[in-house]
Amino acid sequence: MSHPLSPNWTKLLRWSSAILAAPLAGCNWVVMNPSGDIAVQQRDLILISVALMLLIVIPVMALVVFFAWRYRAANEAVDKDYDPDWDHSTKLELLIWSAPLLIIIALGAVTWVSTHKLDPYRPLDRIDAQTAIDPKVKPLTVEVVALDWKWLFIYPELGIATVNELALPTNVPVRFDITASTVMNSFYVPELAGQIYAMPGMKTQLHAVANKPVSGTGFSANFSGAGFTHMRFGYKAMDRAGFDAWVAKVKASQATLDRPAYLTLAKPTEKAPVAYYGTSEPKLFDAVVNMCVKPGQRCMSELMHINQMGGAGKESAKETEGLKYDLPNSHSIEQSDMNKGQETAPDAPGAASADHSSHSGADAHAQHR
Amino acid sequence: MTGTLTTTQMIFGRLTWDAFPWHEPIVVATFVGVVLGGAAVVAALTYFKLWGYLWKEWFTSVDHKKIGIMYMVLGLIMFLRGFADAIMMRGQQAMAFNGNEGYLNAHHYDQVFTAHGVIMIFFVAMPFVTGLMNYIVPLQIGARDVSFPFLNNFSFWMTAGGAVLVMASLFLGEFAQTGWLAYPPLSGLAYSPATGVDYYIWSLQVAGVGTTLSGINLLATIIKMRAPGMSLMKMPVFTWTSLCTNVLIVASFPILTATLVLLSLDRYAGTNFFTNDFGGNPMMYVNLIWIWGHPEVYILILPLFGVFSEVVSTFSGKRLFGYTSMVYATCTIMVLSYLVWLHHFFTMGSGASVNSFFGITTMIISIPTGAKLFNWLFTMYRGKIRYELPMMWAVAFMLTFTVGGMTGVMLAVPPADFVLHNSLFLIAHFHNVIIGGVLFGLFAAINYWWPKAFGYKLNQFWGHVSFWCWQVGFWLAFTPLYVMGLMGVTRRMRVFDDPSLQKWFIIAAIGAVIIAAGIGAMLVQFAVSIWKRDEYKVEGDPWDARTLEWATSSPPPEYNFAFTPVIYDADSWADMKKHGYQRPLSGYQAIHMPSSTGTGVILAGLATLCGFALIWYIWWLAGLSFLGLVGVAIFHTFNYKRDYYIPADVVTRTEEERTRILAAGV
Amino acid sequence: MSSATAPTEPRVYHLPEEPHLHEGHSTSLGFWMYLMSDCLIFAILFATYAVLGGSFAGGPGPKDLFDLPLIALNTAMLLFSSITYGFAMLAMEKNKVSATQGWLFVTLLFGGAFLFIELYEFSHLIHEGAGPWRSAFLSSFFTLVGTHGLHVTFGSIWLITLMVQVAKKGLIPANKRRLMCLSMFWHFLDVIWIGVFTFVYLMGVLR
Repeated sequence: MSHPLSPNWTKLLRWSSAILAAPLAGCNWVVMNPSGDIAVQQRDLILISVALMLLIVIPVMALVVFFAWRYRAANEAVDKDYDPDWDHSTKLELLIWSAPLLIIIALGAVTWVSTHKLDPYRPLDRIDAQTAIDPKVKPLTVEVVALDWKWLFIYPELGIATVNELALPTNVPVRFDITASTVMNSFYVPELAGQIYAMPGMKTQLHAVANKPVSGTGFSANFSGAGFTHMRFGYKAMDRAGFDAWVAKVKASQATLDRPAYLTLAKPTEKAPVAYYGTSEPKLFDAVVNMCVKPGQRCMSELMHINQMGGAGKESAKETEGLKYDLPNSHSIEQSDMNKGQETAPDAPGAASADHSSHSGADAHAQHR
Repeated sequence: MTGTLTTTQMIFGRLTWDAFPWHEPIVVATFVGVVLGGAAVVAALTYFKLWGYLWKEWFTSVDHKKIGIMYMVLGLIMFLRGFADAIMMRGQQAMAFNGNEGYLNAHHYDQVFTAHGVIMIFFVAMPFVTGLMNYIVPLQIGARDVSFPFLNNFSFWMTAGGAVLVMASLFLGEFAQTGWLAYPPLSGLAYSPATGVDYYIWSLQVAGVGTTLSGINLLATIIKMRAPGMSLMKMPVFTWTSLCTNVLIVASFPILTATLVLLSLDRYAGTNFFTNDFGGNPMMYVNLIWIWGHPEVYILILPLFGVFSEVVSTFSGKRLFGYTSMVYATCTIMVLSYLVWLHHFFTMGSGASVNSFFGITTMIISIPTGAKLFNWLFTMYRGKIRYELPMMWAVAFMLTFTVGGMTGVMLAVPPADFVLHNSLFLIAHFHNVIIGGVLFGLFAAINYWWPKAFGYKLNQFWGHVSFWCWQVGFWLAFTPLYVMGLMGVTRRMRVFDDPSLQKWFIIAAIGAVIIAAGIGAMLVQFAVSIWKRDEYKVEGDPWDARTLEWATSSPPPEYNFAFTPVIYDADSWADMKKHGYQRPLSGYQAIHMPSSTGTGVILAGLATLCGFALIWYIWWLAGLSFLGLVGVAIFHTFNYKRDYYIPADVVTRTEEERTRILAAGV
Repeated sequence: MSSATAPTEPRVYHLPEEPHLHEGHSTSLGFWMYLMSDCLIFAILFATYAVLGGSFAGGPGPKDLFDLPLIALNTAMLLFSSITYGFAMLAMEKNKVSATQGWLFVTLLFGGAFLFIELYEFSHLIHEGAGPWRSAFLSSFFTLVGTHGLHVTFGSIWLITLMVQVAKKGLIPANKRRLMCLSMFWHFLDVIWIGVFTFVYLMGVLR
């Protein structure tokens, strides 16, 4: 027997998954029809696993219906078959254990390989199915912070930042460094790649690449409190020229994302509008991950160093200055903060709010293809 | 607020008039309805002088059969509450488009989906499953009661106490707005300062104690009290699945208890287990809660696998195909259920090897589950299938559950889970297995064992109406959710931007309404059957069944069997019938039985009160009720007289009555 | 329902005599299962300590805080109490009421001493600012050790209750069974403490 992932098998699976995909492609279901290579591979995996399982699920369901119908008490034709004491058959037992086992062996092999290949921490080795990564193309870093209840994107190499709008150049590998300010969220752009949790005091990573210019939506996929439902952002993949123009537009903004601006921004708000920051303070993301943006707050990295040292001595018990982070009522929105955010975004494009609110919008979607 | 405590605060903690949601018209209307309804029930009970009867014959009873029925009633009541939450969610999501915020604000909506999950798992599925095991297991193994009858009564009332706390949150304060597993830091004091999470913690803690104790109880019963001749491999399959379920309960609920203790210490004592600061680690909570949470899934489904085994074999008129592999499959699932918890959070960023390990162990569970399905399939093969209601539910289960199992394995592939995690696809998947497996199983069980418990069958017509409403309603309600999951729609959303989704939500809402009709038809079915019970009267064994519980009268006498049965076969009643077993007509002896006690009610009441006081920071009351709890428990141990004998002549009279009925029936 | 095949041997399908299940037939099994479920709670607390035991939040670590000689004394108290409980059980087997009560009382004294030393340790730590709220390490330490202490406390209340019951009713089977259960509970706590002592204190200070 050949390896489950040898070319023949893969071809067969692809082929069967293409049949399955055909009716789905027309529907514009974004998870089934994404525009980023990672999401495309994840979609293929869904189809492959379904195809594999249907090999056993369809016969089983058909047999259930068939037996249920054929052996009904009213059917006198099968009376002669009635055998109330028949309860064992070694051959059948072998079959019923080994058939699912074989499917699971195949699926397990697929799982092992694909989980490693599509590990979000693993740098990409291809732009799409045909193109390997060109070593000259520099990966783009985007630092993502899930705030209450909006998204902050920092482009450290470009020195800019945005709120609730994520733009990416196509066919450039991207590395997302992801964290959160207070509670767990999940960073998810269905067009681009699968999700990964955004957690306070921790940095998760996601590697992805956009292959087509589209505009879609990203959001938090993990419930995070009262403003969760509006925690959505516009996602735009653009060609090089378009992206450069976008960057220039953001850079033109007078607003600066420094620590005080971040602390203001981090206060809980709902339905925050898109905002651009022409400059952003370097190392701000590190401070966010280390939970020490606020002046006087002690950084996690320093505390972890003390952990390694085995503690800071008896007297340190009373030194609690700068340690408290979860403040009482952290999730209540101050009335004065309602609809804030605009003040820091003098250059927010008027159309932006309409843009980011179009959820995976079928129409917006089609236009950009 | 000032730092000093006023007298009112000392007496009432943080409980004030504002705790009652005056400004929520829906809640006020519900409250008025509950008060009026409750008053009517109380008045009726008083008028018909039923309090004494209820107290003596039911509340304080240690009879496993009565406790089982009380569990089922509790489950049914909570089911209606949980379903009301479901309908509210469906309504909200069908409405909230194009700038319409719907009729529920975030504060309310977030409580509704949290309460729906908590209630359906802890106070619907658990009482139903526990009640079923309580009623059936001792009968199936030929025992007179469980190992610890008093504990059984206490366990029930603890579960009921937890349910009371959840219901209280509707009218006093609020319930958690965190999702049903209350992940910190969101469920920590800084982000959820009000009573919601405290209601969550204490209702689960009070009910959890009951569940653990009832698990220990049933486990000891199955191990110690089987009738002579019933070796492990001659136990009915339902008893086998109950055995595995209770092993899972005993080995997983303490984990929930410990985890919630840590969360409550964070909230009450200022510790830092799951906080962001001072070195806490919220990811640990997520791991711990799922180390309990995944076995919990199998706690719910395994007993129903047992039910389907009994039902399919009975109504096919055949021995169960592959008894041995059924048993091994059950045990394999039991063990594997502890090795898969991480598949609930592949997206938390564990490495690829960890993720694929847990993904593959998850898939492996589908092998024994698949084997079970084949076993039922080949039980039908060469059978004579009678399509009574239980069998209809069983066939519906086989078709529905297979789809749910398939989508489950899809979610077990980590990279696929990255795009489907927390989406409506996931919601559709677990409703597909919980409704298609647990609920369909319960409906099969209720229709199958109702005649056992009450001596008359359930009405067929309304049973059919309910059945078809559920089938149609289920697929209408959840197919759109599968679809929307593939469109990247996530769970727990309150309002939507994309108008093209609305049609799907409207279809789902229509499905929910049809399910509501199915539930209504089921209630009518119960009512009609009770009304016409004389018409539907049956003898001991209306289904030509196969296992031991059908060997005694229906309903069984309080001592279950006049003589302890002797077992030669897993299908012991079928074996007895085959060998022309004659019921003994004389030689009855006095039977040793446990006596009723009100201590369980009192202890559970005090525990509930203590939980309530802790939720509202009424420290004096919490302390007092806790001391009361310890005091009553100690006092109870001074009562050494906990049993009595049913005199031989009473047994004789009961059995002769049955002889007369049997003679008249034949 | 005619039987098609007549059995070769007539089977007896019920016992003519009521089998006598002695009272408390399942108690020790049930109690064992309870202990195992309790053991799981401790397992979770140990696991929590293993995860969080190194998170000092810029505060003191085990080396700064733990006083090994004191803990060794404490351990001795609990171990002695287990031995004396063993003597009580031996006396119970011989149906010697007063010897049983005497050894139970000694056990209670040792248990009380253990609790006293533990409370002293706790209050000392809290006085120094190293309370359970200071760091995740201290949270998990106080919870693990405190939960054990709470168990000893309830064991002691139970012990007193049983002494009263033995005084009232003597060593009747029910009381013997109860003493047996408490014995398992008490030794179980001993085993847990060995884990705490090794894992928390010894490894904390010596590592």
